[in-house]
Amino acid sequence: MDNVRPLQWAPSLQAYSGQWDDASARHLLRRTHFGVKLAELKTVKELGLTATLDILLNDQLAQPLPPIKEYNPTNATVPDLLIAGGQTWVNDPTTDGTINSLRRSSFKKWWVGQMLNQQISLREKMTLFLHNHFATESVDIGNAQFLYKHHSLLRKNALGNFKNLVKEITTDPAMLVYLNGQNNNKTAPDENFAREIQELFVIGKGKGAGFNEADVKAAARVLTGWRNNAAEIKSFFDPNRHDVNDKQFSEFYKSKKIVGKTGADAGSNELDELIGMLFETDEVALYLCRRIYVWFIHYQITPEIEEAIIVPLAQVFRQNNYEIKPVLRLLLGSQHFFDLMNRGCQIKSPVDMLIGMLREMEVKFPADTQYTNQYGLWNQLVNYLTNMQQNIGDPPDVSGWKAYYQEPGYYKFWINTDTLPKRIQYLDTLVAIGYTFGGFKMVVDGTSWIKLFPNPSDPNSLVEALCVHLLGVDISASHKAQLKTDILLAGQAQDYYWTDAWELFIGTPSNMANTKHVSTAVTNLIKYLVDLPEYQLC
Amino acid sequence: MKRRRFIRNVAPAGFMVPSFVQGIGFRAFDTGHTFLNQVLLPTGDNDRVLVIVQLNGGNDGLNTVIPIDNYSKYVNARKNIFIEESKILKLRGHERVGLHPAMTGMQQLFNEDKLHIVQSVGYAQPNFSHFRATDIWMSASDSKQVLNSGWLGRFLDEAYPGFPAGYPNVNMPDPLAIQIGSVASLTLQGPIQPMGMSISNPSSFYNLVNNIESPAPNTLAGMELSFIRETSRQTQKFSEVIKAANAKVIVQNPYPTGNTLADQLKIVARLIKGGLKTKIYMVNYGGFDTHANQVESGNNGSGTHARLLGNVSSAIKAFMDDLVYLGIDDRVLGMTFSEFGRRILSNASRGTDHGAAAPLFIFGSRVQGGISGSNPIIPTNAGVGDNIPFQYDFRSVYASILSNWLCVDDGMLNTVLLKNFQNLPLTKLGTCSVLKPVGDPENLLVVYPNPFHKLIAIQFKTIGGHTLLQVLDGAGRLVKIVYDKEVAEGTYRIDFDGEHLPPGIYYVRLQNQLIQQVKSILKV
Repeated sequence: MDNVRPLQWAPSLQAYSGQWDDASARHLLRRTHFGVKLAELKTVKELGLTATLDILLNDQLAQPLPPIKEYNPTNATVPDLLIAGGQTWVNDPTTDGTINSLRRSSFKKWWVGQMLNQQISLREKMTLFLHNHFATESVDIGNAQFLYKHHSLLRKNALGNFKNLVKEITTDPAMLVYLNGQNNNKTAPDENFAREIQELFVIGKGKGAGFNEADVKAAARVLTGWRNNAAEIKSFFDPNRHDVNDKQFSEFYKSKKIVGKTGADAGSNELDELIGMLFETDEVALYLCRRIYVWFIHYQITPEIEEAIIVPLAQVFRQNNYEIKPVLRLLLGSQHFFDLMNRGCQIKSPVDMLIGMLREMEVKFPADTQYTNQYGLWNQLVNYLTNMQQNIGDPPDVSGWKAYYQEPGYYKFWINTDTLPKRIQYLDTLVAIGYTFGGFKMVVDGTSWIKLFPNPSDPNSLVEALCVHLLGVDISASHKAQLKTDILLAGQAQDYYWTDAWELFIGTPSNMANTKHVSTAVTNLIKYLVDLPEYQLC
Repeated sequence: MKRRRFIRNVAPAGFMVPSFVQGIGFRAFDTGHTFLNQVLLPTGDNDRVLVIVQLNGGNDGLNTVIPIDNYSKYVNARKNIFIEESKILKLRGHERVGLHPAMTGMQQLFNEDKLHIVQSVGYAQPNFSHFRATDIWMSASDSKQVLNSGWLGRFLDEAYPGFPAGYPNVNMPDPLAIQIGSVASLTLQGPIQPMGMSISNPSSFYNLVNNIESPAPNTLAGMELSFIRETSRQTQKFSEVIKAANAKVIVQNPYPTGNTLADQLKIVARLIKGGLKTKIYMVNYGGFDTHANQVESGNNGSGTHARLLGNVSSAIKAFMDDLVYLGIDDRVLGMTFSEFGRRILSNASRGTDHGAAAPLFIFGSRVQGGISGSNPIIPTNAGVGDNIPFQYDFRSVYASILSNWLCVDDGMLNTVLLKNFQNLPLTKLGTCSVLKPVGDPENLLVVYPNPFHKLIAIQFKTIGGHTLLQVLDGAGRLVKIVYDKEVAEGTYRIDFDGEHLPPGIYYVRLQNQLIQQVKSILKV
């Protein structure tokens, strides 16, 4: 089962020259967003591939408004009473543990909201990519203001320059907490960040990664002296805690020596040299391109793919001084990306699954003015995601979610005998019952939704359209026929049985018996489709 | 199918076990079950169970099992986190070794001969990355070798050939292995597919619908689709038996609350008692990556690490008490592991960085109580990079459990662990085969001159058979294999040329069948 590709298949980064049809457009949107709305598909289809890529990669999109105070602080020792409900808390430095905990939770709800409200843009998917790549855990960071600042850094750089981002991440307050950089000082260097920047963030563990333990120790000494100022929500450099001795690196880094420096700029200057040294290696671009490949295409990187895709992509990354956009444009516009063999082969992450489902079925949420209900429902989604093992803001550890690095299963890690039933249960709940908060129900309105499809009164066309829209892998014609008969025709043989019922529903919705019948049939059909293993793929 | 070998026969001696109808052999134990009994007993009580407790993050072994005979050096290396001597928990019959003060439950188990401590477990060329080190432990690989299957996954694949095709069946109606939680572990990954089942709540399963299946296409998507379908099938197959087993046990001995490890072990006890024939259970407990604030300032006996160890200890004690209460303690063996220990020297943030070898615990009523190995050697002036060298390869522990508890025969053992490893007397005599317990270690290893500059003579005594001599550096990395031969019993000498080595502390490790010893040498 190692390699199921046919032999004649040759990976290539050449620009996609195939047809720009619904299927290609849907494939691109599925991989670059969480779920696909019909309207988005229509827009993109009309734009064509090149113009679509322009929009996906537009980094000038306005940044969203920050998370707000939607919580009740009365149990806190020092409640943040100066901030009114509905106003943002992100600039208010508090050290109260309860408030920080409420705000961390507020942040996660808000993030779910951003994903639900995503526009046609790569930003949300890339923000999550960077969160998985520079994985941090909000519970360990503790300070909610640091947490939001860190997240904003990822969000702003989602389509930016990777080298700059690494530099900023290194002295980012949240990261200084999470990987102990703030405790790293000349008398007893703490190696945590120095190790992970090489092993996980920049160099990786590929065959060509040759850094050693001495490099970890030397990098730790370069990074001594950085501390946090919670009151100002920023980090600073303390020269008194900095190791001013020279730092010698191994042959992997061309025996680079970073001469020890003194003074207020020593930390920043040595950091520049360190980053420069890391990015001099070929490994950085190779590693990042493999990570991007696993994120957007599939985890099987065969020697042919390494050669034909990863190596040239890495070359482009280096030539563009580590700008992310040219790499994404090349990969997502390539023959290889659109190859039929690469479609439908991702097991959806919980975010893909849940946010995608709510988006593609146009589930409605309360307006911003009703922020308590809005955040309340978003919170339930955070809980669902957590139970399905994708607790955004709190991946399992600094290496991120196993689905993106753990041999041999990769995406398969999302699915096991515990999480698969949960996925189905949550999907069924949202399709059939809904979840209510503050009198507002989050539920799929099946009949309203299928009105958006071209020809819902024709049961063949409806089943076909829903399968195409929802399933990662198509089901057989006989399977569809049976679905139609069992669910839409209630066991009858003639298509007009459904057509009549649907038209009666459209013309006379007040006919409660028929309306109930139609909406039950639609709910059952959608429920059946999302319960299929094929719906787990995108 | 290939491979029908299970499990070696032991009682009565010389009685051969045939390959059975469904491809499952039997093993007989010395607990009164004869071979025939097993054939007649359709369910459960004759089956052994292994419970693995993973301590995620790298447990600080030096503050867990404390070397009292090296106390001043220990204090010197850990000025800001050492445990006060008066607070260290004493172990009966072992005044040179003590436990962290939070581990009263484990102390009691040890004193009742239900706990075995294996000192300094690790491997050559230790890896300091959590992820790689965890993979090494779970896959039972060498340091530089990448294996994509787990040691217990390979065991189960050997023992239950063809799984999942043809399962469940009369001989194995239940999941082969159960992981408590929502994440699948590499340990249970077989050569082709996962051999375990993940569950977080055994009393409720959401019913999956049995859908019609369209053929899976021959594409990457088809491969993933088949996997999801198989997971769906297994969930459906096994959810009823798990629910039923879980429901059978109404009363259990009390467990501590607010302790997630205890919560998990409580489920395990219930499922075993409930009649599942499942061989392996995995639970885990995280938070051991104590780079900072491992102890409370001014009170080294409390703080994060104390809380973690206290929870581990009370959870395991409660589990053991419950097993006795439920009358199934003779069937269960447990082991703890963590991906590495921590550095000898503590850091300035009252914590410890990633290290190498560390002690691990084997627990159960059928455990051979006591301690394997000696206290780790702590240098007088430990440097930042100094690590505890390993005395026992972690795969020796695995081999011993597979061989002496799960009664795996030598041929299968080699397939599962890919090499031959020492067999340690961790379980009581006669559980599968007879093992000579190791007496007080005689001094088998003499080195001179020490300190040395160029040549150092290593004199060693072997009882014959495979004899291995390694030189490790202060960080536990393998410097050289000096000797690796099958020899006759006797005393031998070999000279090691260390002129090229940088000055510092090194270790010579002798391994000869059950025996191993480590000596520190100083290069000047």
